[in-house]
Amino acid sequence: MQRKRSTFLFSVMCFGMAFLYIPILLLIVYSFNYSKLVPVWGGFSVRWYGVLFESEAVWAALMLSLKIAVMNATFATMFGTLAGLALVRFGRFRGRLLFSGMISAPLVMPEVITGLSLLLLFITLNQLIGWPSERGITTITIAHITFSMAYVAVIIQARLAGTDQSLEDAASDLGAKPFRVMTDITLPILAPGMVAGWLLAFTLSLDDLVIASFVSGPGANTLPMLIYSRVRLGLRPDINALATIMILTIGICVVIAGWLMLRKQRQRDQDMQLAAIETLDREF
Amino acid sequence: MSQDIKNDENLWEVPNAVPLIKVQGVTKRFGSFTAVDNVDLNIYKGELFSLLGGSGCGKTTLLRMLAGFETPTSGTITIDGVDMTDVPPYERPINMMFQSYALFPHMTVESNVAYGLKRDGVEKSEIARRVDEMLAMVELSSFMKRKPHQLSGGQRQRVALARALIKRPKVLLLDEPLGALDKRLRTQTQFELMNIQDKLGVTFVVVTHDQEEAMTLSTRIAVMDEGSFVQIGTPTEIYEFPETRYVAKFIGSANMFNGRVTQDGADHIEISVNDLDTKFYIDHGASVRLNAEIWIAVRPEKIIISKTPPEKPGPNQLKGTIHDIGYLGNMSTYRVEMSNGMIVDVTAPNQTRYRSAKHDLDWDDQVYLSWAPSSAVVLQK
Repeated sequence: MQRKRSTFLFSVMCFGMAFLYIPILLLIVYSFNYSKLVPVWGGFSVRWYGVLFESEAVWAALMLSLKIAVMNATFATMFGTLAGLALVRFGRFRGRLLFSGMISAPLVMPEVITGLSLLLLFITLNQLIGWPSERGITTITIAHITFSMAYVAVIIQARLAGTDQSLEDAASDLGAKPFRVMTDITLPILAPGMVAGWLLAFTLSLDDLVIASFVSGPGANTLPMLIYSRVRLGLRPDINALATIMILTIGICVVIAGWLMLRKQRQRDQDMQLAAIETLDREF
Repeated sequence: MSQDIKNDENLWEVPNAVPLIKVQGVTKRFGSFTAVDNVDLNIYKGELFSLLGGSGCGKTTLLRMLAGFETPTSGTITIDGVDMTDVPPYERPINMMFQSYALFPHMTVESNVAYGLKRDGVEKSEIARRVDEMLAMVELSSFMKRKPHQLSGGQRQRVALARALIKRPKVLLLDEPLGALDKRLRTQTQFELMNIQDKLGVTFVVVTHDQEEAMTLSTRIAVMDEGSFVQIGTPTEIYEFPETRYVAKFIGSANMFNGRVTQDGADHIEISVNDLDTKFYIDHGASVRLNAEIWIAVRPEKIIISKTPPEKPGPNQLKGTIHDIGYLGNMSTYRVEMSNGMIVDVTAPNQTRYRSAKHDLDWDDQVYLSWAPSSAVVLQK
């Protein structure tokens, strides 16, 4: 009985995994296809990787996407951290519930609506004060910050809720004024959360197609916009190559981050064990 | 118990002595909940003062108001003659040791201890000297470069103590100082704390829910319940002369009897106990009225238990059967059932070593209980 159920669970898991990962594997395999027609196998080759790097449009889009992602991640981390701090540390203030609702609204807001409303905002602003004079890198960055800071705020909130408030009390008790408490204690404790938030905001920005399409102007194409516009004209092998590179880059990042975290945790556990053993040694 | 007199006199008994901490009419409300209700308190220099009470009795709120983390809704707090009611924590001559120790996880032991001096802008060489001195005192000199998570619980507690003492505060607040330690370490640390307090002459204010801890540590104890003080006194006063049923039950254990005053003399009172065919005789006067219903407490260790009946019948005697025996090694607790079903607890030291497994007092034995006329206490409510 027990055995039967475990084979059933195992096959369900395999099926699920296959459903998730076979398409990605296919994409990687076909990026090494010599043939110009995507679904027809014409032998192994890396020619589409070469074609990809010769294209100036791809390079421009990649650079634009990276620029936006870095700026977005940096600003979103700053604002998101402040919002998270306000929600957890300032106790109950007037309108806290409204504020917390408004912070998390972008998480569930349909992207089409966010994109559309931001577009309307930029157009109105342009008419009223003449800024932004043209839509492009600035408008996309601003749009990305508005929704990624919500994710950062959630991460910071979780991190703060899990830390001992008496750490800040202790610093204040020992003579640190509120600003010193922030720089000496709160920010160092939040640092891992901020790094995680930065990475998440970076990825969110790199991924976004819908919002960027709405608020972008002529001549500003992010990488996802470029891929989408090319694929609309039919499947192309060089896009497969581009996608493969993106998957591998992100995959390597995730593995490194995970490994770093695991190593730190192991080190910590080991230290704690050592401390416990030392105490026992001394006492007996 | 440590009410041994450190100076020649106890300051709280000296008329016109100036208290170090003066709490006057302090109330703290959180919304509609009153955590601390109009309390007055004087704590004198060199005291080891305990705030004792169950959870939610307001002891921690009072401590946080002394530290400056909470502002009283009304009332004033004066420390060493200066009104501190609205002074922020970073400007008070007070330091605190937190229940969780609150060691900064990203700093070494050395930086944790040095933090307070650094914020005060003390010179580097001076900081190093005082950190060395302080760590030597708590015997952690070889652990300077460690991070808090590389220390055991007892070591962390000592780092927290060193960090709180390095600024030489006038008052040290301790929130459940022994709460996170295991039993064996507690006793040891308890005496260490008392030695350090004695050496540095700092006034300690301790918050605890553990009556044993309060009894051993303190010069005086304030028992709190529902935001107010129920009784303030030395450990002996609190234990031997509890004023209310709450205090008698909270500190140690006590057998309570409900009765009516039948004689009220200047030097004695006699009480007839409800439901029990006996009279209690107390050899000291108390402010009771004749025929008033009152409560009396008798501590289990004050009662003598015996299988032989007393020579002549008289007051302060009870008869019953042993309902249960708790063997604790050094002593035993006997739960004796009275004729009306009431249970009276009696503890007796096990002075002889029993050769056989059979003790001389056994289940269902008929026993006689008696106590001295000075042993019972009249409770106010």
